[in-house]
Amino acid sequence: MTRSTYGVLALVTAILASSLATSCSRKGPPAPLPKPTAFGAAIIESSGGKQGAQTGAQLPQPLVVQVNDAQGAAVTGALVEFAAAPGVSFDPPNGLTDSSGQLATNVSLGGTAGRYKIIASTLDKASRKIELNVEEIALSYQQSLGRHLNDVYCDRCHNAESTVERVSNYDNLEVKPHPFTDGETLNKMSDADLTAIVSYGGSALGKSALMPAWGNTLSKADVEALISYIRAISDPPSPSAGPVFGKN
Amino acid sequence: MLPWHKLDQFGCTICHRGQGAATTVAEAHNSTLTWEQPILPAKYVESSCGECHRGPLPGTPQLNQGRNLLLREGCVHCHLVKLPDGSTLKPTDDPPSLSHIADKTTREWIYAWLKDPQAYATTATMPNFKLTDDEALDISAFLIANSTPLVGDTAVLKAKALPDPAAGASLYGESFCASCHAVQNAAGNIVGGDIGPELTRVGNKVRPEWLQAWLANPRNYDPGTGMSHYRFNEAQVATLTGFLLAKTDSDRLANVHLEAATPEQIAHGKRLVADYGCASCHEIAGIKKPENFAPELSRIGSKPITQLIFLPGMQHALPDYIAGKIKQPRAFSPGLKMPQYSLTPAQIDSLTTALLSLNERSFTLPPSLAVAAAPQSDYQPAGRPGKLMADLACFSCHRINGHGGDMAPDLTWEGSSVQREWLVQFLKNPGTLRPALIRRMPRFNLTDGEANELADYIMIVYQNPAIDRDSMPLSGYAQGEIELGKQLFYGKYACQGCHIVDIRADKGYIGPTLTHVGSRLTAAWIYQWMRDPQALRPGTIEPNRAMSDEDARALTAFLMSQKGGTALEAAKK
Repeated sequence: MTRSTYGVLALVTAILASSLATSCSRKGPPAPLPKPTAFGAAIIESSGGKQGAQTGAQLPQPLVVQVNDAQGAAVTGALVEFAAAPGVSFDPPNGLTDSSGQLATNVSLGGTAGRYKIIASTLDKASRKIELNVEEIALSYQQSLGRHLNDVYCDRCHNAESTVERVSNYDNLEVKPHPFTDGETLNKMSDADLTAIVSYGGSALGKSALMPAWGNTLSKADVEALISYIRAISDPPSPSAGPVFGKN
Repeated sequence: MLPWHKLDQFGCTICHRGQGAATTVAEAHNSTLTWEQPILPAKYVESSCGECHRGPLPGTPQLNQGRNLLLREGCVHCHLVKLPDGSTLKPTDDPPSLSHIADKTTREWIYAWLKDPQAYATTATMPNFKLTDDEALDISAFLIANSTPLVGDTAVLKAKALPDPAAGASLYGESFCASCHAVQNAAGNIVGGDIGPELTRVGNKVRPEWLQAWLANPRNYDPGTGMSHYRFNEAQVATLTGFLLAKTDSDRLANVHLEAATPEQIAHGKRLVADYGCASCHEIAGIKKPENFAPELSRIGSKPITQLIFLPGMQHALPDYIAGKIKQPRAFSPGLKMPQYSLTPAQIDSLTTALLSLNERSFTLPPSLAVAAAPQSDYQPAGRPGKLMADLACFSCHRINGHGGDMAPDLTWEGSSVQREWLVQFLKNPGTLRPALIRRMPRFNLTDGEANELADYIMIVYQNPAIDRDSMPLSGYAQGEIELGKQLFYGKYACQGCHIVDIRADKGYIGPTLTHVGSRLTAAWIYQWMRDPQALRPGTIEPNRAMSDEDARALTAFLMSQKGGTALEAAKK
């Protein structure tokens, strides 16, 4: 692109911006990429992968990636770009890594429920792209309801992690409950079996009686919502977990 | 698709909006921004529930949260919101009065707070008004000059407020201050409740004499405060004051050196206070609460897109506009007064959902189709016990007859539930019922007379009409029945997953500890609880096990055999 084209573009942008109040404007041209001051050899996920949020919503925690050199030391000033299927947005969509070699971005998922592949990439010294794949989960309305029910009724026992505000009951149980991400086990169980266990308790399928019967407390729709949530977050993914959205 | 709203009865656009009838899939679904009513983005879909359902629903957690935030985050102090039923939204937060602020804190602290409330406490509700240094100087000058002393607002104690970290920390712990107040720990986590203000740097804020008077009786400074009137003695007040004053950040006010305020500054400060609408939230002597300070939001969910001004790069749609306004109000024009809130993305989505439900359609809906919200309860207990309960701020945590907080158990049927002897002991010295909770009932240092008066009132008034507490005996159950109950407890129902009866063997701590439940609860209550817990406390997570009469009786017998625990029982032995 020539210098004069840039000038025309800038003029058009300025006119669009100044007439915002009276007219519609489309998104302007993407901001130029920042210039990297360093290059890495690897890009790794620091935190924020495998989160769930309702379709179209921002993930609760930012996605943080780190660029390292060949020795595994953090690289400051490396350019990181995020990309994903249309509908996914990043704030910021690119940037340079900070003094600990990291870049954080807030991710808003697309409008269709399913798993979204996110690609974080950086350039190495030879300007080759190094990529990191991260998966995030967009929950449908039903799955979000399931998550809400999980937080109220299930999480205290099925999630082994304690927070300062909430102590997990997992370690207190003689027979350990399955975390809902335990796809190895839960994917092998049919919806009918899971429904039976939630509704009639563990004893219904010869499992532990420590899992109580919820069928008189939760409605049929509640149990369906819970199971849809369990299917959505299982790892490895459940065959019924819905589509995977990649960049192309 | 919701199972309870059938497609052939409701169609698509009732919930998802959009233009309605179309002859191709693409025409119906490919929402264009030129539509007056585009398809609602999926994350806001609960707003459509709110058009007809005026109260909280189990299936609309996001809408429920958004409606709560509207009341709690101060929105409706400035924005008028009229509902289709003719009522007006009333805020549930209670920003402090500033009429006597000079008793409580210094001009330096006010200045720094006004500049950046979240720098003092990350959890502060007060938004950031992005004031210039001069504006903050002048407002702080006016507030101090305008403040009048209140009799009894400061106290000079005979006991000295010495920082004794060990004694202070243990009194802070015993009094369960953390049930309502949070403190940021070394790891940066905010630990504690959000009913009262965060105390991480309280030593930078309050004057020692004010804090002493406040701890001795907070109702003197603020009669409507949600803080309980602990009956601390002077030595306790001194210990706690020393402990709290030590919670400081030495950098906090280190660079704030203010010169004496001039009359011009004070006058300018007063104008700024009026301009920014401070009195919309705070009571300030001599300043009238402004009316219609901000645009009315009763129909914000129907605001025509032609009336909106969007930010560059923003999707031209109403939900994006509302969310953008909440996220960064001043970005729309530098002259706007709406301050910057520190809300999470999830909170912004919830608020947007609640605001989108305030629309024209909800007003034009035939009243017969609307599902009304449960009427707001302003229940207040009567007489001297009622005054005592107000003084102790029971309703900050407990709900009774639909009024009060939801942090602690609902006490509407407490008189049917507990035994009087246990209740008196508990009020005097609350023991641990739920070991995993960090938020617990504080000890208020009640006198025997107060504890008995409260217990009498609770036992007589808070009774469930369906439970005759004397219909089943407190003891004397047959050994065989107790044994059967024990087997059911550990076998069929596996209650030890959540409860502890035998402290050596059981570990579950989701539900209350049952080690001495036979001295705490009535048999009639336990029996009814076994049959249908949600009928006694709606929303309790104890599962309804659809227990047979026989099983419920046996479990009642077993649990009633678990005696002990109270001081009275100990004295009998």
